[in-house]
Amino acid sequence: MIRHMTRFSVALVVAAVVSTAAWAEEIRIGIYSEPSSMDPHFHNLGPNNAFMAQVFGRLVEMDHKQKLQPGLAVSWKTVNDTTWEFKLRKGVKFSDGSDFTADDVLFSFDRASNYVGGNSSFRTYLKGKTFKKIDDHTIHISTESPYPLMPVDMAQPHIISDSATGTGKADVNKGLATKDFNQGTAMIGTGPYKFVEWKKGDRIVLVPNPTYFGTKAKWSKVTIKPIPSAPARVAALLAGDVDMIDNVPTTDVERLKKNKNVVLSSGISNRVIYLHMDQYRDGSPFVTDRDGKPMAKNPLKDVRVRKAISKMINRDAIVARVMEGLAIPAGQLLPEGFFGVSPNLKPEKFDPEGAKKLLAEAGYPNGFGLTIHGPNNRYINDAKIAEVIAQMLTRGGIPTKVVTMPKSVYFKRASKGGKDGQPEFSFILVGWGSGTGEASSALKSLLTTHDKSKGFGASNRGRFSQEGVDKLVIEALATVDDPKRQGLLAKATELAIGTHQGIIPLHYQVNTWATRPGLKYRARTDERTIAMDVLKDN
Amino acid sequence: MSVYIIRRLLQAIVVVVAMSIIVFSGVYLIGDPVDILISDDADQEDRQKLIESLGLDKPFHIQYLTFVARALEGDLGDSFIFNEPALLLILDRMPATLELAVASLLMAIVFGIPLGMWAGLKPDSFFSKSIMAGSILGFSLPTFWVGIMFIMIFAVIMGWLPSGGRGDTTEFLGMEVSFLTWDGLSHLFLPALNLALLKISLAIRLTRAGTREVIHQDYIKFARAKGVSTRRVILVHVLKNILIPVITVMGLEFGSLIAFSVVTETVFSWPGMGKLIIDSINLLDRPVIVAYLMIIVFMFIIINLVVDLMYSVLDPRVRLQDVKS
Amino acid sequence: MTAVTEPTAVDPVKEESSSQKDQTPFRRFVSDFAESKVAVAGLIVFLLIVLIAIFAPLIAPTDPYDLATVDILDSRLEPGAQMMSGTTALLGTDGLGRDMLSAMIYGLRISLGVGAASGLIALMIGVCIGLAAAYFGGRTDTIIMRIVDLQLSFPSILIALVLLATLGKGVDKIIIALIVVQWAYYARTVRGSALVERNKEYIEAATSLALSHRRIVFKHLLPNVMPPLIVVGTVQVASSIALEATLSFLGIGLPVTEPSLGLLISNGFEYMMSGKYWISIFPGVALLITIVSINLVGDRLRDVLNPRLSK
Repeated sequence: MIRHMTRFSVALVVAAVVSTAAWAEEIRIGIYSEPSSMDPHFHNLGPNNAFMAQVFGRLVEMDHKQKLQPGLAVSWKTVNDTTWEFKLRKGVKFSDGSDFTADDVLFSFDRASNYVGGNSSFRTYLKGKTFKKIDDHTIHISTESPYPLMPVDMAQPHIISDSATGTGKADVNKGLATKDFNQGTAMIGTGPYKFVEWKKGDRIVLVPNPTYFGTKAKWSKVTIKPIPSAPARVAALLAGDVDMIDNVPTTDVERLKKNKNVVLSSGISNRVIYLHMDQYRDGSPFVTDRDGKPMAKNPLKDVRVRKAISKMINRDAIVARVMEGLAIPAGQLLPEGFFGVSPNLKPEKFDPEGAKKLLAEAGYPNGFGLTIHGPNNRYINDAKIAEVIAQMLTRGGIPTKVVTMPKSVYFKRASKGGKDGQPEFSFILVGWGSGTGEASSALKSLLTTHDKSKGFGASNRGRFSQEGVDKLVIEALATVDDPKRQGLLAKATELAIGTHQGIIPLHYQVNTWATRPGLKYRARTDERTIAMDVLKDN
Repeated sequence: MSVYIIRRLLQAIVVVVAMSIIVFSGVYLIGDPVDILISDDADQEDRQKLIESLGLDKPFHIQYLTFVARALEGDLGDSFIFNEPALLLILDRMPATLELAVASLLMAIVFGIPLGMWAGLKPDSFFSKSIMAGSILGFSLPTFWVGIMFIMIFAVIMGWLPSGGRGDTTEFLGMEVSFLTWDGLSHLFLPALNLALLKISLAIRLTRAGTREVIHQDYIKFARAKGVSTRRVILVHVLKNILIPVITVMGLEFGSLIAFSVVTETVFSWPGMGKLIIDSINLLDRPVIVAYLMIIVFMFIIINLVVDLMYSVLDPRVRLQDVKS
Repeated sequence: MTAVTEPTAVDPVKEESSSQKDQTPFRRFVSDFAESKVAVAGLIVFLLIVLIAIFAPLIAPTDPYDLATVDILDSRLEPGAQMMSGTTALLGTDGLGRDMLSAMIYGLRISLGVGAASGLIALMIGVCIGLAAAYFGGRTDTIIMRIVDLQLSFPSILIALVLLATLGKGVDKIIIALIVVQWAYYARTVRGSALVERNKEYIEAATSLALSHRRIVFKHLLPNVMPPLIVVGTVQVASSIALEATLSFLGIGLPVTEPSLGLLISNGFEYMMSGKYWISIFPGVALLITIVSINLVGDRLRDVLNPRLSK
């Protein structure tokens, strides 16, 4: 009896120790892509921005569904047509103990927009804006014309401390060189975690930031290990070398679901995979007749042909067989629930008969030849999707060849590899992730008329052009009233995709994380893997 | 002798310069990294700014001359991806690769020589035939495939060793090394063995051939006839005669180990130079590609030179004039 | 891998001196070779593989590149399952619905094709350059051999990396890379054995008869340097197939649409952890058998053609 008692009490003590220790636990995360730098303004790139969110704060934060939340700014409003006011959070301290004020914001924005020598495209969110400090905790941002996307833009650049000092030249990037960040001396932020070290290609280590203004960080130490190879990442999780991995390969999902030692967390992303078609030139380079001879007329200019192609595609089969269920058939630019999405656009149904009829109507009863070009290392299963699209089109009467290539070569050629810097291909597979969490950036870049001077249609590689769409988008971009803007964006999407089939949406990616038992990941639509969203499963 | 060394070094410079031109122009033609680097939200103006900030808007010859001018000052350019000097990036990763290569070389010698001697001394035994068959497998199996199998078996199924990465490191002679901690060693074992397989096979074959040649020599026959114990014959006479040539050849293979570590590092996520170059090729990070190849080519030329010099010291019959022709 | 060929110092002089009168050299060679049953087995397997590769379209149950018949709904079927078209997928199907057996047969064709094409061209280039070096001697010889030595001092994978980083991806590019990697081995081998021949009486006689350079080189020198070339050739083919597979695995080799064995393995690598073993194991085994059989043959050839080592 006594022995039983003892054992029981030992168990109790152990349980007590474990439960308090739960708040002092380490976590090791295996990630697909490593940040290219610790400098928060160097490179506006997914892996970098994801990492920075743990160390630095922004005026406006996005939650796991990309809904805007107060960050270093507690509130924001328009004070007149062209000016926004941001009220900054009081009592915030940087990890070095210094106070956060409006000066830090202006310092950071100035550094980000004038960044020298980097791949900074944070300029994208800061240009055309004038920043003014009203007092230590108020700033005004003004633009030339009404600008509704201000809060979204302010959710992008990271805020660094103006007291940080570095080894760079004083007049370049505020004297803060990339090296100062990579070695940690300038890694002074307001985020929940504090930077410890970065061994490139091996690990990044973080510990809780004691000065963080929000709920204190749960993990006593975070080790982030880059493991780019998918099977190696899964192997590391199964072998217990890491507690969580991101980008679980779709091929392993079925098996991992059955594994009791693994918990999967998945959620839809803001990324749509779609087909772009050359809609502006005759004699398009990769459109041929059935015998492989060039065609004088470009059938892809005919909306009936574009619709026929969309009907030939069995999206459910792609989702089930290529994506292993980790995708959702798409009918527009963003999945349901995002700002500016149209309730009326549904994914096209697989309808080979209907496709045949439309092809015949358009004057191509015997089809024509096509080549699909796609990347092979950019999106989830991209090369396989291209192969399967070719299978489906070939069956539907458009014999299609497949050419896939690494992204390093692909995007240059797809954007400007042809004659006179024109897009080189005729029919391409691409994806688009809406970092801003609403439909305007995708509409503006993909479906407005390509115009270098205005910055419109920057990624419109099919050169789709409809005056009506352009007008709606321009109007939306100048409408501050949210419900009204939402309506305009939805209408523009319906016109561009529903009516004119400017692009053919295929599916939205679903991202998956895998953890050891006892943990789960709060899946994020922006695909980021951050320690704050790793939760205990009880 | 010094004339010889100077001539070799000049030759080295010519090769490095020629290669830098070829690689620089080749990578320039393949594509530019802007489309990979830039975010989706960027418009044409941002794109143009990025192209200019990387200097990619200038004509090729200007880009190359700028590169040469800076290279002469010891600056091989900044990585497009990391925004740090390419040279530092590579030197930063070098200890990991060197450690892996040294560990593999040791494994090749430690495993290869005893097995090869056994096969040479008892050529007709079953075990010897198995060793020789194994050595054929050893250089037939593609390294990457074996690496995957190692991970499957030892990390996932058995759970004995970690699946990749480098583990804990400690400072040793100013370099970060992992062989001094248990965790580091456990991370080092599989990749080192994977990289060593080919060289183990090579060591087995060299040792076997050497042993068989030596045991037919008169002095071995004489020693045996004199009644020297078999063990002593093997350990003293045979080993002494084959050790130097085998180890010399294995030393020659050191460079090849560094080159082939590209594969092993990719499979085992080992944070060395090899992984860096593959990533850089995929991302068209030209400064790193050019710098890496220049460094490694130079390293090879030095290794080869050292080996040639060592040969002439070890074997007086080889004069340097002979080596070079 | 290539380093294994280096100890191959084939000495045709000795072979000649040990000839017996009752056998032609060829017969003796065959009977020597056949002494090793393993090598004969290797040869038979290799010949089978070559036949399969040549007649791939006749042997393969389906055409894995015909997009009109490949169906995504057939993807990842287990070995022995029936596909939509009614054909049984003996070794299962891959992630795109291709019959694995057919994909492997066609992949073998590409692997061997790339290996053979690059090997043959490298052989021709190497032979011409090597013969030129040996025949003309002097400065020509010095310059050529310096280039050869320089190149051989770099590992094959490094040269391939330089070339592929510079040229980009594609079948043609990988063949070019493999040619550049290999030619120097042939050149050195040819020069070495041609030098031995050059000083023999029959060449001197031919020279004094004022036969043309070309005739002397191709009619008299070349046949005598064949044995070592065959040995080097087999090893080179095996190593270039392996090198191609490795480069494809690293993502800088062949494009993915018409995969070689190496690329099939690397595609299957994705499925390593998913329990769908057939997608990567079978091509791996096929590649292994191919390379091992070639190496067994090469190994025996070396022993037979080099009596000093075959004691």
